[in-house]
Amino acid sequence: MATIAGTQPAQEELRKLGLAPRYVPTHHDFATVTTRVTNVVLGPPSPVWIALFLFSGTLMTVFAGVVIFILITGVGIWGINIPVAWGFAITCFVWWIGIGHAGTLISAFLLLMHQPWRTSINRLAEAMTIFAVMTAGIFPLIHLGRPWFFYWLLPYPNTMSIWPQFRSALVWDVFAVSTYFSVSLLFWYMGMIPDLATFRDRSTTPLRRAIYGIFAMGWRNSARHWYRYEVTYKLLAGLATPLVVSVHSVVSADFAMALIPGWHETVFPPYFVAGAIFSGFAMVIVLCVIIRRAYGLEDFITDDHLDVMGRLLLATSLITSYGYLAEQTVTYYGGDPFDVHLYWYRLTNFDKYAWFVWLLFTCNTIAPQVLWFRAIRRSQVALLAVSLIVLVGMWFERYMIITSSLSEDFLPSSYGFFKPTLWDLLTYFGSIGFFLVPFLLFVRFLPVMSIAEMKAQLPGAHGAEVGR
Amino acid sequence: MNRPAHTDDRYAAIREQFRALEGHKGYWQCLEQLCESPEFQEVARQEFPALADVWPDSLSRRKFLALMGASLGLAGISGCSVKPAPQGTIASYARAPEQVIPGRPLFYATTMVHGGDAVGLLVESHEGRPTKIEGNPNHPASLGATSVFHQASVLTLYDPARSQTVVTGDQVRTWRDAETAMQSALAEQRAKNGSGLRLLAESIVSPTLAAQIAELLRQFPEAKWHQWEPINRASADRASQLAFGEFVETQYDFSSARVVLSLDADFLTTGRGHLRHARDFIAGRLVRTATSPATAEMNRLYVVETAVTSTGAKADHRLAIRPSEVAPLAAALAAAMGVEGAPPTTAGNHQAWVEAVARDLIANAGKCIVLTGYRQPEPVHLLVHAINAKLGNVGNTIRYTQPLATPVIDPIASLRELAADLRRGAVDTLVILGSNPAYTAPVELDFAQLLAKVPHSFHLGLYENATSRLCKWHLPETHYLEAWSDARAFDGTASIAQPLIAPLYQGRSVHEVLAILTNAPVVDGRALVQSHWREQHRASNSGGRSFDEYWQSALHDGVIPSTAFPQTTPQLRESWASEFQLDAPAAPAQDDAAPFEIAFDADPSIYDGRYVNNGWLQELPKPISKLTWDNAALMSPRTAAALGLRYESYLHGGEHGGYEVPIVTLRLNDRELQTPVWLMPGHADNVVTLHVGYGQEYTARANGEWQRSLGFNANMLRTVDRPWSARGLQISTTDRTYPLACTQAHQLMGESRAIRTGTLSEFRGDPHALVEGQPEPAEAIVSRERKRLSLPESQYEPFDYDPPRRKWGMSIDTTACIGCNACVVACQAENNIPVVGKDQVSRGREMHWLRIDRYLHGPVDSPDEFHFQPVLCMHCEHAPCEYVCPVAATVHSAEGLNDMVYNRCVGTRFCSNNCPYKVRRFNFLAYADFDTVPLRLQYNPDVTVRSRGVMEKCTYCVQRIRHAEINAEAAQRPIRDGEVLTACQAVCPTQAIVFGDLNDAHSGARQLRESPLNYGLLAELNTYPRTTYLADVRNPNPELQHG
Repeated sequence: MATIAGTQPAQEELRKLGLAPRYVPTHHDFATVTTRVTNVVLGPPSPVWIALFLFSGTLMTVFAGVVIFILITGVGIWGINIPVAWGFAITCFVWWIGIGHAGTLISAFLLLMHQPWRTSINRLAEAMTIFAVMTAGIFPLIHLGRPWFFYWLLPYPNTMSIWPQFRSALVWDVFAVSTYFSVSLLFWYMGMIPDLATFRDRSTTPLRRAIYGIFAMGWRNSARHWYRYEVTYKLLAGLATPLVVSVHSVVSADFAMALIPGWHETVFPPYFVAGAIFSGFAMVIVLCVIIRRAYGLEDFITDDHLDVMGRLLLATSLITSYGYLAEQTVTYYGGDPFDVHLYWYRLTNFDKYAWFVWLLFTCNTIAPQVLWFRAIRRSQVALLAVSLIVLVGMWFERYMIITSSLSEDFLPSSYGFFKPTLWDLLTYFGSIGFFLVPFLLFVRFLPVMSIAEMKAQLPGAHGAEVGR
Repeated sequence: MNRPAHTDDRYAAIREQFRALEGHKGYWQCLEQLCESPEFQEVARQEFPALADVWPDSLSRRKFLALMGASLGLAGISGCSVKPAPQGTIASYARAPEQVIPGRPLFYATTMVHGGDAVGLLVESHEGRPTKIEGNPNHPASLGATSVFHQASVLTLYDPARSQTVVTGDQVRTWRDAETAMQSALAEQRAKNGSGLRLLAESIVSPTLAAQIAELLRQFPEAKWHQWEPINRASADRASQLAFGEFVETQYDFSSARVVLSLDADFLTTGRGHLRHARDFIAGRLVRTATSPATAEMNRLYVVETAVTSTGAKADHRLAIRPSEVAPLAAALAAAMGVEGAPPTTAGNHQAWVEAVARDLIANAGKCIVLTGYRQPEPVHLLVHAINAKLGNVGNTIRYTQPLATPVIDPIASLRELAADLRRGAVDTLVILGSNPAYTAPVELDFAQLLAKVPHSFHLGLYENATSRLCKWHLPETHYLEAWSDARAFDGTASIAQPLIAPLYQGRSVHEVLAILTNAPVVDGRALVQSHWREQHRASNSGGRSFDEYWQSALHDGVIPSTAFPQTTPQLRESWASEFQLDAPAAPAQDDAAPFEIAFDADPSIYDGRYVNNGWLQELPKPISKLTWDNAALMSPRTAAALGLRYESYLHGGEHGGYEVPIVTLRLNDRELQTPVWLMPGHADNVVTLHVGYGQEYTARANGEWQRSLGFNANMLRTVDRPWSARGLQISTTDRTYPLACTQAHQLMGESRAIRTGTLSEFRGDPHALVEGQPEPAEAIVSRERKRLSLPESQYEPFDYDPPRRKWGMSIDTTACIGCNACVVACQAENNIPVVGKDQVSRGREMHWLRIDRYLHGPVDSPDEFHFQPVLCMHCEHAPCEYVCPVAATVHSAEGLNDMVYNRCVGTRFCSNNCPYKVRRFNFLAYADFDTVPLRLQYNPDVTVRSRGVMEKCTYCVQRIRHAEINAEAAQRPIRDGEVLTACQAVCPTQAIVFGDLNDAHSGARQLRESPLNYGLLAELNTYPRTTYLADVRNPNPELQHG
């Protein structure tokens, strides 16, 4: 295939003049882009991948064991009690759902906003969304006292004419999360069709060719295909964008609709959405840094990508921190004795939750401030560290909101405390395996970045201006 | 199941026996005949092998119940008979017994004796199974109320760990063997006039039993009858002998008392007649429906005590002092009142208090009561007799009668004498009836050692225990619901105890065993009791009624009329004051080597240890400490601080669950005991209170495996001379900790203002003042604004509760609640609430639908008020639980009940999270026991047994509402007020709980609702609770109020 993109020195010249797109692998041409991306799948597995797969496979096995044990014995193996009847399961649910937000934001929202840097990371982020939502979805199921009746939350016609109780936020949750999952899955799959066709064409074994062929749905790269593809993709993006806001708003209603101090907050929907995007970006950064390192994809996911994601992380951190501030301030001005008691208790009782509160402030508000510095945003180690800190902080934020509010609500006689058991920890860490295993399989068997979109950005491509 | 390898041989032995029987006569009469053989018994035991290997130090609920369920062998054979009938007639249900309609319970009157206190009961029976205990309204000691022990007794009946067969050593034997052994031992004694025969019993209030023992002593003139009761009234009896020259029983009439002073007597929840005392005392305290509040009257209670008890918690003025300070204080009081002969002393720091109390008592002379309890020595009792005489209370509020049982035996002296006889080898045959002296006897008697040496020893008891282990023979006793007996209540009223069910196992009653010992012509329990009362009937010739009528009406009413003792008029001896020497109170010197005192008392839940196998009682939070499953060294926060144990330091497990608490070593008279420490604000300083009953090595034997209890054995420090309190205690700290399960460690009310309280004078001034002036949270402001803007309260359609619909509601009077816990166990029994075990309680998962919150007011070091508040589902009209349930498993009924649909519940627990009262309980694991056969028999068939993963909570006893509804509908009349009594309401000794139709203008519930004291708990959250509370009104003495 001939080089259309011009010569390397010319690109460098352009870059120096500030004319070259920063997020485009300008020293690649169509052929090398295809080869590099398909090599991740068609080449031999990298040692990092094998190590990670063994590790996360172990975690996932643990998770399977935990789930089976819960089904046999009941949720009593966790540390939940009365009054703190929700613990790790709901914390993990909210955390994973939050992580799942970044994918749709990057792929749909940024697409509509014509942000060119999304191109090399959107597939990755979407896959992350799919698997994070899948992981999140497990938790509401297993946290039920009688999980085998989970379908009672679905509005299906039945002989007893009983419907779900539509006033309950948990029912909206089912709708919101399942909608989000369906749209995200569709969006992810649609975007992959041209690349699956590439894989089909480059596969060497008949089996692979057959499988990729089936999923490529007869893509032949015709102009008509492309036209329909582009229209549908944009439409789906338009459909998915409101979901970025709606899902976590509904999840926050699980708490905001209750009358428990610390839950009953009108600030929760925006505050939860900001927090979700915040943690989602952190997870995207973690995955990007690891994958680009493991597969040598630095040409595609450049330091400039990391830089801009770092900036977004900082921005969402500031929004989330504003939420923290607003919550405390409103409580102070509101003066409701139970609210005031709860916040004071959270902030000052170091026997109970104050450590977690200050830990989360440190992780979510203070630590990301280092991202004001360009050098840190461009250092993958530093960025990885900050992102991991944010992930931990956001986990503790949810943990704190859920358990501390329940532990001291109204009557001192029923004050309690949540103490996780070993099973709680295994459930949480196991769920990381449940997330990582399908993600690693995705990396191994599907295109980790959009070959087609990447090529479209290369200089000389007909769609090169798209998203520049 | 692991069947032991040698079982086949045992079967072979039985087959052998079959063959022998075949060869012999060709017939065998019945299965029982075959079952009598030890081989068969042994096989039957091994058929159901032990789960006992899971019996551990940590008693999980599962293990506990599994064990309780483990050993059921032959229960099926005994069957059930509906109408209490002598054993031996078995009729099939082909022709239904008269009166029995399946699904409709029958109630039978009977009597339970507990520590010498007899209370008449009505027992609910479903198709022959007793399931629930109610008080007998006709019985003077009950008036419809019961205590926790009565409520929980039905669980003991079905306890599979009860002893089931005659046992000698590890061998299962038959009653025939035991009879042979007894008769041969007695034959030996007959020759010696019984000089080597000893009988050891508990407090006996059964006239039939007393007559039987008298007969035994007639046959064996040199035999001795000993009595031992670890929680005994020895000092009171001794004092009455010293004061009057004769034994008398003191009867209190609290209903006419204006002022009560209790010197270390927890008369509301312990002692003979306490249910009646509580009813009468509280009745004199209620101003809730006073027509003219300005002149409302209530009695006043002063309490002097060491640990905090229910009575102390209700006191208007409570003085916490060390046990040794009580006697000098009593003397100072007598002196202050000018009692002749009283030693001239003062009460030191408390003199002002004493004088104020003395003035109050004198002002109410003849209308007051001064009383003291079993823990106080004779001098205090003597002083109290003298004070009451001086005040002219005798004949008014206090009556003296003959003692309940004659002869009066001093249990301490009696046990000491028995121990001496044992030590010198004078005892050949010892028969122990029910008591457990090997565990309960004071430590220095070495009773266990002595017991093991008796050549012929027999132990009759509900359980195999430490005593049976050391006796040659253990004989299974019948539960009181399985046997005929009789008893005298605190005022002498006699009643019959009739069985509700044929013995589940091979138990025999104490009367039947004595019939064996006395070679009586009849050995059947009913015939024995009946023959005693036939005599009485003949002697009294009551109204010309035939004995059958007399007997039937006694059984039906649960009371034998005109058997209450008449008043006697013993004269206080002139010399009463010279009968005692007052010890000076020990000064609490901090530099002393042993500066502490120790006080002992019965455990509020398991008493002297006899209820240690009862899961309901074990899991019952003790009234003040709220501990479950354990005892601990109770001390004041200040004392703990002095020892370097910080109050907060161990509050890391959550207020509602588990605690790691420090263990201390208590050292008294060279004996040591290590116990965990629990802080009790309000406890006297420099004293430690220990409850007896825990730390038993041998509580029962299931399938050959001994079971042990949790906790620490306080009897290890208890001595014969100082059974209730002692000085010279040393406490040293250790670095070890112990986990305790507590359901409410948080004492203070915080922001919730859960209890509204005030004084009588405030009430007189403005009856509404007590419940008004609460802070206004955001919800209330929103609500007010909505009203101002004429917006509806809620966006949803309001429910219609107008008549003719019923509007069920409940009001709970916190002035009346004494925190006795009877309602908690009643609820558990009525509603099939499972026991979860210590581990689950320490995780905050106890299942009680009704809990009693305990709050205190004032500084933690010296709290001035204690309050109890029973909390159950509020059945909110705007229920926060309902709108968050995703599957509509909790919904509102047309009558305003907040219904829980177990079948629909998927277990999200959102309802519990959103309940501001946290009254919902979740089956985190499979708590309910569906399998254990005898326990299963206890279940109330009207209430669903909930499975794992389901939320549950108080239903206002909806099954009882439905019963009443059906009855009313059948009779085409409305439901009458009082026709529906919830389980908690029915047993309440003080009638603190009133339930009824709020649409009925004359219902009791409506009247309380309209009381100026009525308030809703957290009503400011706009939940519109159907359960409301009445403020706790106190009547402090103005003279002491600001002192």
